[in-house]
Amino acid sequence: MSRIGVFICHCGENISRTVDVERVAAEIGKLSGVAFATDYKYMCSDPGQNLLKKAIQEQKLTHVVVAACSPRMHEKTFRKAVEAAGLNPFLCEMANIREHCSWVHENREEATVKAIDIVSMMVERVKKNRILPGITVPVTKRSLVIGGGIAGIQAALDIADCGHEVILVEREPSIGGHMAQLSETFPTLDCSQCIMTPKMVDVANHPKIKLYTYSEIELVEGYIGNFQVTIKKKARSVDEDKCTGCGVCMTKCPQKKIPNKFDQNIGMRTAIYVPFPQAVPNTPVIDRDNCTWFKTGKCGVCKKVCGPGAVDFEQQDTLVVEAVGAIVVATGFDLYSIDEKPKGSPIKGYGEFGHGKIPDVIDGMTFERLASASGPTGGKILRPSDGKEPKQIVFIQCVGSRAREKGISYCSKVCCMYTAKHTMLYHHKVHDGQAYVFFMDARTPGKSYDEFWRRSIEEEEAVYIRGMVSRLYQKGDKIVVMGSDIAVGVQVEIETDMVVLATAVQPQKGADLLAQKLGISYDKYNFYSEAHAKLRPVECATAGIYLAGACQGPKDIPETVSQASAAAAKVMTLFSKDKLEREPIVARVREAGCVGCFACKKVCAYGAVEEKEIRDRQGNLIKVVAYVNPGVCAGCGTCQATCPSKCVELDGYTDEQIIAMIEAL
Amino acid sequence: MHPEKTKHDFEPKIIAFVCTWCTYAGADLAGTSRMQYPSNVRVLKFPCTGRIDPVFILKAFQQGADGVLVSGCHPGDCHYIAGNFHARRRFAAFRKLLEFIGVDLNRLQFSWVSAAEGGKWVEVVTDLTEKVRAMGPMVEFKELALEEQWSGAIDTPELKEAYDAI
Repeated sequence: MSRIGVFICHCGENISRTVDVERVAAEIGKLSGVAFATDYKYMCSDPGQNLLKKAIQEQKLTHVVVAACSPRMHEKTFRKAVEAAGLNPFLCEMANIREHCSWVHENREEATVKAIDIVSMMVERVKKNRILPGITVPVTKRSLVIGGGIAGIQAALDIADCGHEVILVEREPSIGGHMAQLSETFPTLDCSQCIMTPKMVDVANHPKIKLYTYSEIELVEGYIGNFQVTIKKKARSVDEDKCTGCGVCMTKCPQKKIPNKFDQNIGMRTAIYVPFPQAVPNTPVIDRDNCTWFKTGKCGVCKKVCGPGAVDFEQQDTLVVEAVGAIVVATGFDLYSIDEKPKGSPIKGYGEFGHGKIPDVIDGMTFERLASASGPTGGKILRPSDGKEPKQIVFIQCVGSRAREKGISYCSKVCCMYTAKHTMLYHHKVHDGQAYVFFMDARTPGKSYDEFWRRSIEEEEAVYIRGMVSRLYQKGDKIVVMGSDIAVGVQVEIETDMVVLATAVQPQKGADLLAQKLGISYDKYNFYSEAHAKLRPVECATAGIYLAGACQGPKDIPETVSQASAAAAKVMTLFSKDKLEREPIVARVREAGCVGCFACKKVCAYGAVEEKEIRDRQGNLIKVVAYVNPGVCAGCGTCQATCPSKCVELDGYTDEQIIAMIEAL
Repeated sequence: MHPEKTKHDFEPKIIAFVCTWCTYAGADLAGTSRMQYPSNVRVLKFPCTGRIDPVFILKAFQQGADGVLVSGCHPGDCHYIAGNFHARRRFAAFRKLLEFIGVDLNRLQFSWVSAAEGGKWVEVVTDLTEKVRAMGPMVEFKELALEEQWSGAIDTPELKEAYDAI
C-alpha cells in the first residue's frame, strides 16, 4: 500500500488567491493511498523543502506529489529534496496548479475544483510510478576526428591540448584540406600556407594525436561514449616508419606527367608523390593506377633508389579498429563543376558555359593554385591553354549557387569575398590587366569584409557589373562573355582572355555514405544536419557525434575554426566525467512479448533500437527481439505508441501511468 | 443531437494531451502572462506527441470527456526530430476510424502550439470548450460503457437463433 504525501503550495498568494488550498488539501487527504496532505506558503523555500523531507521520514511516505508551479520550473528542486530524504527522485511528481490553474482562472470555485482534479490526477499517476535507477554510461575518453582540413585540425588540436587522445582520419595522403590549397586569405590577404602549415606540423608532432592519412572510415558501431570505429588504411606502398621523406624516389620516378589533384589538375606530379611539398606526413604514396611497376611489372626505380628501403610494392590495405567516445565530423566541402551531369540528376551543369570544355574557363580554386607562390606557375597568373598572361579577366559569381534551375538554391557564402580577393590578387600580379565581375548581390557580412570588398572596387579597379552571364564561347584565342548589366539595362559583351567561375560550395562526394555509416542525418544537398539550428549548431541529433566546418553548410575559415573549437568544447564536456549520467526516461522492451516486427526501429529517429538475439542454453536462436540502447534513447516514446504488441514502455510515461491519470478524471 | 442539453450551464470536460516541449510550455506561458481561459481543460503532459497512443483518446472519451485536444510542436520543430510527424500520420488515420464508429470529429481537435504561443493556447482551448459546450455532452461512449457490462448470457430468441446457426 502506498503512503502518498501531498504538499499544496500557496506560492505566496499566487495560488491561494484563486485556489482554496485548504479545501484542496482536505479533499486530497480523502483519496485512497494518501497518507498525508498539507499546504504551505512557499514549498520551494528552504523551510518548505525541509517540511517535505521531514514528512517523508516521519510519515514514512512512499510517494510524493507537490502541487505548485510548473514542473518546468521546480521539478528538479523537489526531486532533489525527495532524493535527499531517501526516496527515489522519480517517485515525486508535480501538479501544476499555478500556470495551468490559479493564474489563468479568476473564479475561485472553478479554480479550486480544477486544482483538486489536477492533484488527484497526479496522485493516481504517482501510485504507478516505479523506482527508476539513474542511467550511467561509461565514456571512453578518446575521440575520432574525420577530416584533416582546417576544421578537423583545429578540433583535434583543441581536444588533444586538453590531454585526451585524438584519432585524426584523412582520406588524402596529406592533411591540410582545401585551406592548404589557397593562395591568400580574405580579408587580411595573409598567406594561407603560412598560417596553415604550422598547425599541420603541430598535429604531426602532438603526442596525443594519432594520425591516419590515406585512410577512410569503413564502419562505425556503438553509441555515445562507446563507439567502435573500423578505419581502412589504404596501401601507401611506402613504409611510413622507414621513410625519411628525402624525396629521392620522386625525383627519379619516370612517370612525371600525372595531373596533380592538389593543383586542380593544372600542375603535374610523379607516380610516387606527396601532393605538395609541405605535406604532413611527408611520406610519399604510390598512385598504383599510374605507376609503371603496377601496370607492367617493370621499373621499380623508386625501390632501387630508396636508401632506407621503405618502398613496399606488396603492401595491402589494412583495417584498424579504434575505440572512441566521441566523433567530430569535419569532412568539408567540394566545388560544384559546370560539367554535364548524369541524366536525371537534380543538379544540372552549365551547357551555356561550355560544360567545362573551354580550357581558359576555370573555377575559383584553380585560380587559387595559379595565384599561389607554391602553385604550378610559381604564382604567375597564366592561362592554362597557352601559358600567356591574361590582360582581361572576367569573374562570374553565383555559378550553381542561388540557381534553383540548376538544382542548388542556397548561397555559398564565401564566393563574394573570394572573388573580391581574386580581383586584388590579379591586379597585384598583372598591373595593366582589367578585371570584370558579374554579380547578383555582394554579400559581405563579417568583420572587415565589406571594407575589403569596397577596396577591390575603389583601389584595385575591379569593374563590378550587376547582372548575370547567359553564355560563354571560345572565339579564336579569346572567350566571349555575353551578359547583362541590369543597373544600366543593357546587354554586355566582353571579349576576354580568361574566365573564373565562383562555383557553388557542395558537400564532399560520398558525404551521404559516411552519414549512413555514422547514423547522422543530412539535407537534400548532403550537408549534415545539426540537432538544432540555433541552440545546438555543432551537435548531431545522434548523441556523441559533433559537426565542424563546411560539411554542415558553406562557411569561411574563421567560422569553421570557431565551429571546430565549439565542437571540441562539446567533446570536452562529454569527457569531463568518467561516466555519462542521464535521466532514466528511456524506452524498455518487454522481450517476452516482442515479436520482432521492428516497427519501433523504423520510427526511432535516433537509431536507438537494435536487434537482439535470444538464444537458449544450447545456443539455438529462439527469436530476434528489439532492444533499446539506453545510452542512445532520447525518451520521446514514439516507439511505444507505435508498438503493435505494446511491448515497449517508456519509463516515466508508461501506459499504466497515463491510463491512471485519465481514469482519475 | 441532444438539443435540450445545449444550455450554457453545461460544463464540458475537456482533456488535452500535449507535448512537454512546445504546447505544455505554451500553456505555461499563457499562465505567466496571466491570460484567462475556461477552466474546463485538464492537461496531460507527454514527452512528445509521438508518445500519444490513440487508445488514450478513446479512453478519455470513455471516461466521460466531452472533448479531446491533442497538441504538440509545429511540424519541423519537434524536439525529438520527427515525433510529431509520426503523430500527425497516426491521428490522420485515427480520425477516419473515429468517424467510422460514429464520434463527431468536432469533439477531437488537433493543433500545433509552440512554446511562444500562449495566446494561441488560450484561443484553441476556448474555441474547443465553446464548441463542445454548444454540442452538448458526449453520450455515445457512456452508452457503450453500459453495453459493455452485458453479461454474455444468450437470453433472447434472436441471439439463440444466431448462436445455433454457427
